[in-house]
Amino acid sequence: MRYDRQINLDGVGVSGQEKLRNASVLIIGVGGLGCPAAQYLVGAGIGKIGLMDHDKVSISNLHRQILYTENDIGRSKALVAQEKLQQLNSELEIVAIEEALNTENAKKLFSQYDFILDGTDNFETKYLINDACILADKPWIYASIYKNEGQLAVFNYQNGPSYRCLFPKTTQQNVSCETTGVLGVVPGIFGMLQAMEILKIVLGIGNVLSGKLKISNLLTGSEQILKLQRREEEIENIRKNGIIPMILECKIKDDSKLYLDIREIFEQPKITSEKVIPIPMSDLDERLWEIPKEEEVFVFCQSGKRSKKIVDLLKAEYGFDNLKNVEGGIETIIDG
Amino acid sequence: MKVNIKYFGMIAETAGKTEEILDLESGVSVKNLKDRQIQKYKIADPESVQIAVNKNLNSNSELKEGDEVAFLPPFAGG
Repeated sequence: MRYDRQINLDGVGVSGQEKLRNASVLIIGVGGLGCPAAQYLVGAGIGKIGLMDHDKVSISNLHRQILYTENDIGRSKALVAQEKLQQLNSELEIVAIEEALNTENAKKLFSQYDFILDGTDNFETKYLINDACILADKPWIYASIYKNEGQLAVFNYQNGPSYRCLFPKTTQQNVSCETTGVLGVVPGIFGMLQAMEILKIVLGIGNVLSGKLKISNLLTGSEQILKLQRREEEIENIRKNGIIPMILECKIKDDSKLYLDIREIFEQPKITSEKVIPIPMSDLDERLWEIPKEEEVFVFCQSGKRSKKIVDLLKAEYGFDNLKNVEGGIETIIDG
Repeated sequence: MKVNIKYFGMIAETAGKTEEILDLESGVSVKNLKDRQIQKYKIADPESVQIAVNKNLNSNSELKEGDEVAFLPPFAGG
């Protein structure tokens, strides 16, 4: 029988298998963490699994997201993962959700699952998951990777602490595995550890990593479990005010220069510096007088495309010949 | 008094080490030590750095001989 090898185990049995069958998990981000987590949860027979990802498979994913193959490149991760995992276990309900998580769909989706598994690679979504889990009263399993090191915790479980109790806020820039580099095994192991936490909770066995943070460095083999307190004011704040979107802030590398930021006000990261004049593209017509004409001004947007158009336009139509486009956009002029 | 410091994530990279033993005068608080090390190694985004003393996060007492202090940054890779 399919589940014989785990039913035989102390703490599982036929009744444990039934518990797994009745459990549901929403996996947000089917990447380095989400893929291995999903594979083992499907193997173990978790009754319903949601796979949420708006991204497509790319060749640079394959060294760590080994659920995917070369034939899947360019296809929706959520759909490919759903197809493959359904082949692994046809008895389960496996749902593909080809969307990015936002405040709206979080409310709707979280209520439909018992657990949320965090397979994301950015702070914005982690805070969003955290806040939405507090509001929906769902536990979530957190993991984050930096090079060879990983953090793991179960948040919002049985009145335990939340992510904001650990990191009330951060202004750190997102440093993804894409940019720092990572050995595929590292997220692989942490994704499996996340799956293990879910199995422990569902089966009611072992010690759940709630109120604790596990940090392991897979290169040195060093490992620590730190104790974490619940900060009531952090939880209450979310209950009262709802989801708090994270605002990323950053600093300019070279503040001897003068800049014009033409991005819209909702675009992140934010830069607050007296050397940066923020005039969103949509307001430019009325606020042209705010742009100095005497000194050199570096114009930037997210990628360098919109700012190039603006530089050309302001030069041709309004005689600004002191404007320079920042090729490559904001990333090239900020710290971190 | 001697205190054992551990650095994690990008803090270990900025500091150029994963641990060190510091000889501190008695009465130094956790916050005090945090400020010193942040200045010494120019650790980025000090507000988000969390400190654990003897494996307890959210502790803010005076340090004592033999304490183990961990410097922990948030990171978000996956």
